[in-house]
This record gives sequence, structure tokens and C-alpha cells, in this order.
Amino acid sequence: MTAESGSNRRPETGAFFQRDRTWHPPALTPNYKTSVLRSPQKALLAFDNTLSEITGPVFGHAMLGELDADLIHNFARPGESALGERIIVYGRVLDERGVGVPGALLEFWQANAGGRYRHKKDGYLAPLDPNFGGCGRAISGEDGGYAFRTVKPGPYPWPNGPNDWRPSHIHFSVFGHGFAQRLITQMYFEGDPLIWQCPIVRGIPDKAAIETLIAALDMQATVPFDARAYKFDIVLRGRRASLFENRLEGN
Amino acid sequence: MAQSLDRLRESPSQTAGPYVHIGLTPNFCGIGGVYPTDLGATMVNDKTKGERIGLRIRVLDGTGTPLKDALIEIWQADADGLYNSPAELRGAADPNFFGWGRCATDMDTGLCAFETIKPGRVPFRDGSLMAPHITLWIVARGINLGLHTRLYFSDEEKANAEDPILARIEHRVRVPTLIAERTGDIYIFDVHLQGEKETVFFDS
Repeated sequence: MTAESGSNRRPETGAFFQRDRTWHPPALTPNYKTSVLRSPQKALLAFDNTLSEITGPVFGHAMLGELDADLIHNFARPGESALGERIIVYGRVLDERGVGVPGALLEFWQANAGGRYRHKKDGYLAPLDPNFGGCGRAISGEDGGYAFRTVKPGPYPWPNGPNDWRPSHIHFSVFGHGFAQRLITQMYFEGDPLIWQCPIVRGIPDKAAIETLIAALDMQATVPFDARAYKFDIVLRGRRASLFENRLEGN
Repeated sequence: MAQSLDRLRESPSQTAGPYVHIGLTPNFCGIGGVYPTDLGATMVNDKTKGERIGLRIRVLDGTGTPLKDALIEIWQADADGLYNSPAELRGAADPNFFGWGRCATDMDTGLCAFETIKPGRVPFRDGSLMAPHITLWIVARGINLGLHTRLYFSDEEKANAEDPILARIEHRVRVPTLIAERTGDIYIFDVHLQGEKETVFFDS
């Protein structure tokens, strides 16, 4: 695995912007019960990034299989496809400076159209789809763009309150250029009323922050008679310019 | 009004949830045939330079119960203290060592096993050397934002004593929470999410 994207650019070596922890959900969100015993209680040790946080692994496009970004077919029997509403999810990986992040590895996972995960711990009544595994991955292009094809996941009940339901969502895991940018989040769908009732979503204090996790229906990006499209941009931590050979990077 | 800085804000984190394996270690949870192997499952090959070591890591909740649905990623320098990363400008790292690994905790025991090499020392911002260490990133159901910490080595007492990050820990009784105990070629490391032995987690 070697760097391919952005290899003609001088690598950036600055420290990442301080993470705004008031924008993220706090560790302890009691209405999401599992967080109660899994949330650190002591103050975090703060320090500016060292090389251990500034550096990070690079995943090359060579590792990708042909169907990695096609969840409709990557687990399906030959000639068959997953059941459900066919959608395309696309967007860009950006950093807080608004710059596209090329070469970012994105990994996705989700329930099937009925809201059931292919996992031995999931016992929901909705059936498994023999043609749906639920995982995919992509690497962002030069402008930070990515896309994949899937079916819209169903909402499902989960053991938290007596009657809590997760909104339809797709899990995203993202690698940027430094290990300190590592992020896992979830994408929700425009117009879903369950978003505003979900204890996991509501752990995020600011409504404006929640709205950044809601993908927009984009009719202009649909494939007529095939799939609707949802646009979802992801923002990773930005990085400061660093002194490089006594000149500021980029000057 | 001043001009806008035109900055974006980082996407807020959400928990990895109970089914993180589907996305990050599908072969481990029985979803075969999509990827040939799980990413990060193997860290060393025959040509990798350095001392072979094993890490045995558990993540314990506030009752002392090991998490059985957590996922740990590690990131480390090679045997010479170089990172296999474009942002490493001091030289080329060992081409036979990627430096990154990923492991789901065992669904019955909660144990995470990494087979890797002992990293070399990496310079701090001021040029002094940090003690050998491995960066950990931990996600799980109930963890809203991935937890960042480090694993240091019990047989590096002298280096640990001069490590600038360990030196910043105000309550010295907490320093041992970051030090893995060596038994043979294996280092044992328990991460405590809460309680008296709560691991020092980082904001960096």
C-alpha cells in the first residue's frame, strides 16, 4: 500500500486544529444508556500533536475490489441484487479549511432494507437478505470526492428505552492524512422524523451540528429509472501551516 | 463585522455501535467474500525489522467488565522510530512494516491480540526523544467519540522517565495506566474506561 493520491504535492506536516469537544457528543449521554459505564470521567490530557498524531497510514486504490463501493452487489449471488430502495450516496471528504482530502479511506456499514444487520448479535424480527452483506468501502479522489451504491437501510428498534427506534442510518469510518483525524460517524436521511427522537443523535448538543449529519436528497444526481441520490459531505480536522525549511508551507 | 474565516466544522462523531465489525472486520464476524482479508489483521512479515512482540489488550467498563464489542486500532513507528507516512520527513520507514493494525475484541473474552514489533523512539516537538510507544484508538457501542491514548512499555523505565507526554500527567499515580506489563514477549495492557484506575485519555 503506497501513496498515490496527492503524491505530487508536498506532504503537509502541521498539527491539527484543536478539536471542538462541545460540538461532538460528550462522553456521558445518560439517555443513551450504554454510555453511562463506558464514558471516561477524568479530564483528558491535552497536548499539541506530536509526530505520532500528525502521521497516519495511507491506503492505496490498489487494495480496492471492483464491487467494494457497490453494496447492492458485493455480497449478492451472481445475477442477483440486494432488496430495497436503490440509492447512491456521494459527497466529498473535506477538512475544516474547506480543502478536499484526497486518498481518504471511507468504510461504510449498515442494516438491510428491513432494518436487520448481518450480525449474530442482532435478533430483530426483520429477515436477513441473502444478497446483502452490509459493508463497503471507497477511497476519495483528488478533490476528496467519493460515491457508493447501496439500498436505503430500514429503521429498527433497539434496547435502550422500552420503545426506542434508530432512524435509518449508514455508519461511516474515515481516515484522513493524520491519525488524529480518525473519525467514525453516522449519516442520516433528509426528512426522517426519527432523527429528532433518537437518544444517540440527541447526544449531540447543537441542532446545527446534527444537521451536518443529515444527507440531502439530490434529484440532479439520481440515475433515472435506477437509483435516487443522497449527498453527504464529511469534514475532518483541519491542520495548521508548519514551518518547513524556515518557510511557511504553501508560501 | 469582520470578514468570515470560511472555516468548516468537523463532522460530529457518533458511536461505532454494536455492529462495528460488519464495516471494519467483516471476515471476523462471518461476512466472507466481500474483502479478501480484514484490514490491519496482519502487521508484520518475515522481512519486518525489529523485535517481535505481542500485545494483549482489554477494555474494561466502569464495573470492571471487559467490553466484548470494542474495536481497537493501533499506530506506531517502525523499529528505527520512523512512521510509514507521507508526513514523515526524516527518512523512509521500513517498507515491510505498515505501522497500523486493527483488532476487534474477542466476542467471548474481550481480548484483543496484536502481533507487532517494538517501535523505536520518535522525537517530540522540541527534538528530545519520546519513549517507545504505540498510539491506541478505541471505539465501541456507548463510546460517543473515539478514545485516544498510548501504550508504553514496562521494560523502558529510563525512556519512560524522560518522556515528555508522561511527564505532563499531573497525578503521578495515573502514569502506570499507560504502561503495559511485559511477560516474555507479550505485553499486557488493560484500558479502564472509568474508576480509580481510569486510563489517561488524550485530547490532542
